[in-house]
Amino acid sequence: MINDVIDHLAEIRPGSRLDKLRDLRPAAREHAQRGFDALFVPDEEGEVTLVERDAVAAFVAGLHRDAVVAGFYADRLAELAPGLLKTVEAEVEAGVTTGPYGVYPAPLAAESDEGLRYRVRNPDELGVRLAAAFEHAHLLVFRPREASRQALDALAAAGWSPTGVVTLSQLVAFLAFQVRVVGGLRLLGQEVAA
Amino acid sequence: MSTGFTQEQLGWKPWLPPLAPEELTEAHHEALVDRARASSPYFLLLARDPEILHARTKTDNDIFYNADGGLPRAERELAATATSRRNGCVFCASVHARFAAHHSKRPQDVQRLLDEGVDAPQDDTWRAVVDASVALAATPVEFGPEHLAALRAAGLDDLAISDTIHAAAFFNWANRLMLSLGEPEDHR
Repeated sequence: MINDVIDHLAEIRPGSRLDKLRDLRPAAREHAQRGFDALFVPDEEGEVTLVERDAVAAFVAGLHRDAVVAGFYADRLAELAPGLLKTVEAEVEAGVTTGPYGVYPAPLAAESDEGLRYRVRNPDELGVRLAAAFEHAHLLVFRPREASRQALDALAAAGWSPTGVVTLSQLVAFLAFQVRVVGGLRLLGQEVAA
Repeated sequence: MSTGFTQEQLGWKPWLPPLAPEELTEAHHEALVDRARASSPYFLLLARDPEILHARTKTDNDIFYNADGGLPRAERELAATATSRRNGCVFCASVHARFAAHHSKRPQDVQRLLDEGVDAPQDDTWRAVVDASVALAATPVEFGPEHLAALRAAGLDDLAISDTIHAAAFFNWANRLMLSLGEPEDHR
């Protein structure tokens, strides 16, 4: 049983210096975990199924290429929907790049930076809803500056309700936060140990 | 509508329908945390999933407003601004640039960050905070020992470094919501 996912992923042990440090921001610590629970262990599935949540998470975590975080979310998916894992891994392979990048409209056009425009490799295996969710998640991870009304229309056309889009967006954005806290705190812990 | 980076007040218009104020239950109000947010289209849209909104806001408030030691408020806002500048969130950058300018009393340094970008010259402490924020905005994350060393050299202790990490990390959450669910409106 993991009580605190960030501690688990950053290898923060009870009583350690990093543990005490996190206690100085107790609400941030508590609610980062509650955020995880709200997204991945919700009281009700609402408009995004548990499989969809874990599949998108495994994809997003894989794109961030933090082996511990990616492994954690891949394991969750393997438990809930083992048949999807290989498919998601193939999508991660198709989607990995470095960001953030993207095209700005005027007046910031001079800062535009082109990069991969990921399209799902195996749409039939993912199904319509997840295929659209993966393309949107990739947009949010790597080129959030290009997010658009049209991108939301594509989700709607794939069956995503407004509330479902909010949950999906929160899930991707929350993971962007969590993976960075984990990476930063892990490094800080290693420095203290060194 | 497109606008450049600015410290001016911008509006924000959702691309999806927010909840109507009369649809709000007590659970929604709790999720909004601060009652004043019930008039914000952004928070009323996020209220469609109240539990994650509640966690988001509580996390945000502790990272930015917990005054018990750590990174000064100005530099927490600087990390938020630099992250937003790097990710391209004009609206988030406008709000947090104003906060950073207000708390630091250095509006010109903040404006340079907006005008010229994250590589614009800054003093050593701001350089270290901006560089750490930019490295944390990268995917995969590029935050490394050299960033920690620069933060240490600027005099940041463990808690201040942890605050820097959290402030920058949090804006990778906030930017993605603000950028993808609506757009800024320039009323100037």
